[in-house]
Amino acid sequence: MGLFSIKRGNILPGFGLSMGYTIFYLSAIVIVPLSMIFFNTVPMGWDPFVHAVTAPRVLASYRLSFSTAFLAALFDAVAGLLTAWVLVRYRFPGKQFLDALVDLPFALPTAVAGICFATLYSPVGWLGETLTKWNITIINSATGIVIALVFIGFPFVVRTIQPVLEEVEQEIEEAAHCLGATRWQTFRKILFPHLFPALLTGSTLAFARGIGEYGSVIFIAGNLPMKTEIAPLMIMSKLDQFDYAGASAVALVLLLISFSMLLVLNAIQEWQQKEYR
Amino acid sequence: MNFEWTKKITLFAALALASGLPGTIAEAAAASSLLNVSYDPTRELYQSQNAAFIKYWQQKTGQKVKIDQSHGGSGKQARAVIDGLEADVVTLALAYDIDAISDSKLLPANWQTRLANNSTPYTSTIVFVVRKGNPKQIKTWDDLAKTGISVITPNPKTSGGARWNYLAAWGYKQKQTGSTDKAKAFVKSIYKNVPVLDTGARGSTLTFAQRGLGDVLLAWENEAHLILKEFGSDKFEIVAPAVSILAEPPVAIVDKNVAKHGTRKLAEAYLNFLYTPEAQDIIARNSYRPRNAAALKKYAANFPKIKLFTLNEVFGNWRAAQKTHFNDGGVFDQIYLP
Repeated sequence: MGLFSIKRGNILPGFGLSMGYTIFYLSAIVIVPLSMIFFNTVPMGWDPFVHAVTAPRVLASYRLSFSTAFLAALFDAVAGLLTAWVLVRYRFPGKQFLDALVDLPFALPTAVAGICFATLYSPVGWLGETLTKWNITIINSATGIVIALVFIGFPFVVRTIQPVLEEVEQEIEEAAHCLGATRWQTFRKILFPHLFPALLTGSTLAFARGIGEYGSVIFIAGNLPMKTEIAPLMIMSKLDQFDYAGASAVALVLLLISFSMLLVLNAIQEWQQKEYR
Repeated sequence: MNFEWTKKITLFAALALASGLPGTIAEAAAASSLLNVSYDPTRELYQSQNAAFIKYWQQKTGQKVKIDQSHGGSGKQARAVIDGLEADVVTLALAYDIDAISDSKLLPANWQTRLANNSTPYTSTIVFVVRKGNPKQIKTWDDLAKTGISVITPNPKTSGGARWNYLAAWGYKQKQTGSTDKAKAFVKSIYKNVPVLDTGARGSTLTFAQRGLGDVLLAWENEAHLILKEFGSDKFEIVAPAVSILAEPPVAIVDKNVAKHGTRKLAEAYLNFLYTPEAQDIIARNSYRPRNAAALKKYAANFPKIKLFTLNEVFGNWRAAQKTHFNDGGVFDQIYLP
């Protein structure tokens, strides 16, 4: 299979040129800037590095960032699938409008989103007032962070599933139904395998975005050390102490964990796609 | 793949790229223009100062000058200058940020001795903003440490202003008891009462004034007056504690940059202008405390008598205070460790 695809790649004209272009662009846009993190960290030496990235506050912030980003991605996967389904399969007035709304989190400066959430859920805000009466706190807690990240990641899931769902012909579902499959069986055995790779991609994007998100989260998180400090905030606060090396060290670890997670998720996705070809 | 979708991605990528393009503020640096890199709350102050200076300079020399302002968090502004923002003068919230710039050899280490009054033409102090009528009867620093009081102050790791708040509380207790242990326990019990640490002073103001969190906001005096003006003096009031810290936001010429731009004389005149009676009057009108006794007397109603101690009295200097209290592993970190 692998060999076959390389051969096919060679048949296409301009492979060398486009490949060179790809590598150049990846280098210029991704690898070179990110390698600066690495070069900023190296002069600091091993012991200070370990000390910087294993401080209790830093570890707590890693835990918080990864767990909230994961929960948010999970929620986005379910909600995003549902939204994509409605937008693709149904015709209704105002559909275009709803469709455009999905993109808003992309366009809005994230700090604006953060301020909106903080205002909405504050003890005197529209929702916060009622929630406070029931003794539920959203603002200045991990729950608040998850809500902000759900918002930020939502379009990734919807927009990756939509085109795939559009390609799944309704006749397939009808055929399944004719052959006696229940609705649940049709969804689980026919539709879901088709959608799963896209769903995984979308959620992975949402997850990755959530780990690095700063602007919206700091307004709603409360930023209490050991409790609600996200990893990007640790980086910012090290920069504010003019501790460039320490900031790069924390960033490097964040980057390595994220990258290995993305690699694993991509591998799962590839394996899934082979499974259903 | 759906064509529409591809188009959207391309557009998104293009937007992302465009927004990442570096700013070009530092460019147009002719001899007749200055760039003043300052921190957030001085925007209105320097708008008035610049207008006054431009008029003054034109009368004196006949030369028309242009002064650009840049505002942001004090630490971030210092980093921008270190990373190449070509400021002719910096006017920041604390000496430590200018010390950091001097570490990168843009100005000499003794910069703070070059102008009068520790290079701070205006000062301020830390006061309390409470809700109208002061329902929790907060009057002294000790009241902040009581159980059931919710205190709003930004994170001293990310906000220069917040470091003054922290040092004010610490200095109050240390001067009262003569013990650093007691000061540490006191500051710890205050931060136990802090439900949210915003990254900057304006964030804390919004949390307190707009989102209704907390019983008391620790703020610079000039910010406190601004809050009453913006959000209504029918909703909030200022409580001046009997003792507080003298907050000294310093100013300095960035030698390397003025040499490069040929603007040394203009920059020197600009900073010296801040000490003139005219400028001191503007300073007082913007709720900063003027150094000039006449201006202070004229606006005395706005500046209640507070016993002010200096940072150097209690902490030695900014570098020492930063190292002991705010660097990683410092006292501020310790009070949060279980």
